[in-house]
Amino acid sequence: MNNILTVTRKELLGYFNSAIAYIFFTLFLVILSFLFFRLFFLQGIVSVNDFFGVMPWVFLIFVPAVTMKSWAEERKSGTMEVLLSLPASDLELVVGKFLAGVAFVGVALLLTLIVPALVSLTGPLDWGPVIASYLGAILLAAAYVAIGNFVSSLTANQITAFLFTAVLLFLLLIIGTEPVFSVFPTLIGEVVRNFSLNYHFQSIGRGVLDSRDILFYLTVIGLFVYYNIKSLEARSW
Amino acid sequence: MTEMITVRGVTKRYDRITAVADATFTLRKGDILGFLGPNGAGKTTAMKMIIGYLPADAGSIAVAGRDITEDPLKARNAIGYLPENNPLYQDMTVDEYLSFIAAMRGLKDPAAAKKRAMERCAVDAVGHRIIGHLSKGYKQRVGLAQAILHDPEILILDEPANGLDPIQITEIRGLIRDLGREKSVILCSHILSEVEAVASRVVIINQGKIVADDTLENLKERSSGHNIFRIEFLTAKDERTVADALTKIPGVAAVSRVAGDTFRVKTKGERETGNQIFRTAVAQNWDLAQIHLESRSLENTFLSLIEGGNA
Repeated sequence: MNNILTVTRKELLGYFNSAIAYIFFTLFLVILSFLFFRLFFLQGIVSVNDFFGVMPWVFLIFVPAVTMKSWAEERKSGTMEVLLSLPASDLELVVGKFLAGVAFVGVALLLTLIVPALVSLTGPLDWGPVIASYLGAILLAAAYVAIGNFVSSLTANQITAFLFTAVLLFLLLIIGTEPVFSVFPTLIGEVVRNFSLNYHFQSIGRGVLDSRDILFYLTVIGLFVYYNIKSLEARSW
Repeated sequence: MTEMITVRGVTKRYDRITAVADATFTLRKGDILGFLGPNGAGKTTAMKMIIGYLPADAGSIAVAGRDITEDPLKARNAIGYLPENNPLYQDMTVDEYLSFIAAMRGLKDPAAAKKRAMERCAVDAVGHRIIGHLSKGYKQRVGLAQAILHDPEILILDEPANGLDPIQITEIRGLIRDLGREKSVILCSHILSEVEAVASRVVIINQGKIVADDTLENLKERSSGHNIFRIEFLTAKDERTVADALTKIPGVAAVSRVAGDTFRVKTKGERETGNQIFRTAVAQNWDLAQIHLESRSLENTFLSLIEGGNA
């Protein structure tokens, strides 16, 4: 456990040691707010549903930017050798890096609280679904991070890691959208849709905390953390 | 003597290339073992297997008597490792980096361990600086501080002097010699003089195979090659007179004149013989201008061992 937190701390230090973290937070907040408020005043409804609606798509670009360097950079610079000569298990290293990614995106999410706060000034806001959506958002982000870190462990090139993660996440998002899953026969379409990262997020966003949705994200996270450990064990570089 | 590292019949293949083939050698307690070989000979692969970073395809490796596959964490605790090219987290400060390593190693008193390692490697003055901004010599010392942080019994240093300037090389050598007094060390290098400066024993590897494993003294003696001294006088000398006087020295095999004032002396011995030549010149009242070792038997032995493998 100690080793996990030490790795997490080191990763966070890596994010915050450069200006990139602050640029990231600013851009994330500005883009997300712009996409939301652009429509908010036109619709004139006191709701942040659309805010959470665009979130999975904004994450699509921002989370791979966070996770792309996690392993790729260690491999490229050779620090992987130092890391793996330390008395820590592969599991501890993988989980430590995963938690750091989640914590970093979590901070970004925390900063976005200003959006529902501003909206609530314009009229009565139902906070129930907002809180549920934030829980959903952190689960969604965690799943993205697990996938991104795994992809990063397959390459020594950060750009490759970024693009591959973005493409993979994109595919996992669009299978939950109407034009994609509806091309399948109803039953198969329903199954395909259930594998979408977005589908379960929308479900949580309605304010209903269904254990199936939570379980889905935990499974995705567990699976990709496991793949990440396996790819470290393979030492195929 | 206790065996700190025992490598037996270890083989590692990458696709079609055999990087290390049936390698067997040991590191004994208190030894500074020079692991010598040309670039690409398999040195780094062998080291990566010892620290457990790469699994061996065949053979066994034991660290402090325990097989590394049985107890990998114990092996990692017993070894301090400075990888080739000294990889470091360039964005961190020296303090942050060493604190991270200390925490990962679970040291009882991380602050004291860090202070000791930093003083030892003379990086205590640059603790607050970002590693990426340090000079190469300082970076190398930070890498060494990382390796000795947990006060391991064994140190594995892969090309520690690579890319350093002559002053930094001298400093690093001094540090390694110093550390070698209390630790068992494997020093990998492709440069003979590097190994010769600090090592007591030498393992020579070429194309993945161990071609020699001996003390430096034995290697020098067993070599069939000769040392060649080049002697220059201020004025021309008679070949017979010089040859007669010098061949009396034990270890001198032949004397030949290159030019009127320049001679070449083939010898078995090295430093001692050089001294004898000098004394003879003084006794004969010759106007000696300079004397230097033109080619050395150890170097020739090294080259012939490596070329032998390539032929």
